[in-house]
Amino acid sequence: MTESLSNAVVMVEGLHCAGCIRKIESAFEKDPDIETARVNFSNHRLYLVWNGPQEKVETYIKRVQNLGFGAYPFSPDEEVELKKAQQKRILLALAVAGFAMGNVMLISIALWITDIDTMGEGTRQLLQWLSALIALPAIFFSGQLFFQSAYKALSHSKTNMDVPISVALILTTAISLWGMFNHQEHIYFDSALMLMFFLLVGRYLDMRAQGQATQAATDILGHLNETYTGINSNGDKTEYRVSDLLPGMEIVIEAGRRFPVDGIVVKGESDVDAALITGETLPVNIEKGTNLYAGTINLSAPVIFKVQKIADESVTEKIKTLLGQATKNKSTYMRIADRAAQIYTPLVHSLALITFVFWLFYMKADWQTSLMIAVSVLIITCPCALGLAVPVVHVLAIGKLLKKGVILKSGDALERLQKITNIVFDKTGVLTTGQAQLMDDYDQDIFKKAASLALHSHHPLSKALVKAYDGETAEMTNIIEYPGKGIEGQYKGRVVRLGRRGWIAPDIENDNASVQTWFDDGHVQTPFYFSDSLRNNASETIKYFKSQNIEVSLLTGDKKDQANKIATQSNINDVHAEKLPEDKFDFIENFSKQNKKSLMVGDGLNDAAALAAADVSMAPSSAVDLTQDTADIVFMGDSLEPVKATYKIARHSQKMVKQNFTLAVVYNVIAIPFAMGGFVTPVIAAIAMSASSLIVIANSFRLNRVQL
Amino acid sequence: MSVLIYLIPLALLLGAIGLGAFVWSLKSGQYDDLEGASHRILNDDDENNLQ
Repeated sequence: MTESLSNAVVMVEGLHCAGCIRKIESAFEKDPDIETARVNFSNHRLYLVWNGPQEKVETYIKRVQNLGFGAYPFSPDEEVELKKAQQKRILLALAVAGFAMGNVMLISIALWITDIDTMGEGTRQLLQWLSALIALPAIFFSGQLFFQSAYKALSHSKTNMDVPISVALILTTAISLWGMFNHQEHIYFDSALMLMFFLLVGRYLDMRAQGQATQAATDILGHLNETYTGINSNGDKTEYRVSDLLPGMEIVIEAGRRFPVDGIVVKGESDVDAALITGETLPVNIEKGTNLYAGTINLSAPVIFKVQKIADESVTEKIKTLLGQATKNKSTYMRIADRAAQIYTPLVHSLALITFVFWLFYMKADWQTSLMIAVSVLIITCPCALGLAVPVVHVLAIGKLLKKGVILKSGDALERLQKITNIVFDKTGVLTTGQAQLMDDYDQDIFKKAASLALHSHHPLSKALVKAYDGETAEMTNIIEYPGKGIEGQYKGRVVRLGRRGWIAPDIENDNASVQTWFDDGHVQTPFYFSDSLRNNASETIKYFKSQNIEVSLLTGDKKDQANKIATQSNINDVHAEKLPEDKFDFIENFSKQNKKSLMVGDGLNDAAALAAADVSMAPSSAVDLTQDTADIVFMGDSLEPVKATYKIARHSQKMVKQNFTLAVVYNVIAIPFAMGGFVTPVIAAIAMSASSLIVIANSFRLNRVQL
Repeated sequence: MSVLIYLIPLALLLGAIGLGAFVWSLKSGQYDDLEGASHRILNDDDENNLQ
């Protein structure tokens, strides 16, 4: 093995189950060149290490594509990696702090419940030294997280929650060390470690609550490295990378591939899935002359496509630019915990300082005693309860929402959600399920023949047709599929056809704009119409929001009459149809100008910018990656009810958070005078501290009793 | 009291083993793909893991 090792990360689309992991990994297992092939299911990546040159990655990617998955080379997003590393670091710090806390507590109990007479000087010193031996490295290692953040804040002459924590940690440790060398009875390593441990728990929960946010933001960029076959004027073929495509070039788009840039069809007929751009999930017919946006997927037959805009100017890029703008414009929301810290920090510091000065000069105590009492004020004011007040509620809320099929992606989404005054829904895929449903009634005989033929096709409309039909099917022979056109078969010796209108009945006048497929039984041509059905509980959900005095609007890129139809069904009065991505973005931006807080619920790429501009955003799990990624909250299932459930939880959890802060404040109001008076022994401090944390946790658990 | 000479180091050792095991599992990436792990258990053959 003299060859060097290479490695790559490949983004894999279409991972759904255990079988997929197995399928991909086993394709590489038998290859002697492959050192490691491991699929990460959570972030849809394949990690490859192999013997040989880096260029071989192309063949490996092809191999994954041949298995039926989408695969693109992927360069990991630094920000995401950084966040992951941070999470690991906290977990590690937490483990060390927990280990040290447990063991020091074990020793401290012996120190608390006995005194020098029963224990003897030697044993006590041994136990104290042992505590120090465990505590010091642990505080040094795990405390870094607080020290670094505090240092950063201070060096910018600011202050944050980590400053009093760091001061308390360092002072407690210093005093304990001093006490140890001077044969004092009490040392406080246990308090310091407990403080640190609880705060780290809060910090970790907090991080988890917002950790999932940025998973796949760069996924769409992966497509830029793909190559497409271009056709020169003399008929020669050349491979082009997406970034090299220029206006005027003609390229072949095979079935199953994405249109890489904006352009126009010059040859061929097919169906496309434009869900990424418009949110419209039903297939759309395309033919010569149809304009298409980048990101559309070609479904049935190869077409030749003329490039009109370079990749950087295509609609997907425009949306990305808007996205960036929206993120920048977004007023930095200040979380309630941070606001509390802003009041809390200076207050606690001044109280501790006052205590120190009071004892030193007024009570004429020595400096050690004064300092120790001041530190006990810092400890007993219990940033633990404050530090836990928000994360515990959030983690419980996240768990409860998860059961409802709602995934919370950003930590403060619930806080922002409970303040909304306006809610804006996209139409297709949000208010509706985005699945084709057969409309109207049809002649039973024709319906039977059409459904029997449709059985042989994988086209979404054919599937919907079969689904709507529930009688016996007839036998069809000589099935031929014409890509981009339809399907043909023989029934009792007669040729029957099912497919696009232009193929079946080009001469028949028909101005019905609904999605349709035509059937020809050899005599008559019949259109079958499809529509999109309303999500379950859509009108109930909208009624609920109205009853909460929240204004509901419908914002869609679709035609007016279709938008109005859905609006009437779902009881929305404020309808805005035929909106482009920019318009949607402006519409949402307008709310913040009027000082209104908006919730946007959308699923298409065309909604992404609007989602980012809204104060808080939700997307169904059927939404495209980038949109899911932009949204603060993602919900699953066919019902719109999760939107209501999430809002309810948000309201309740905010109530809990406020109660928790109240509890923490009440506790402090009682405890601080005792601490300032010098009545607090380490045991009392420890018990009080734990008790206040437990009360906060117990109160948070009441969230589980909320009825949805 | 002299039994403490053995018991305290023993207690610390046990704790340290637990801590070590956790650090090892964290470092070897066992928390990287929590979702995948729940699917992998459904795969019948183990060749994959024996590599």
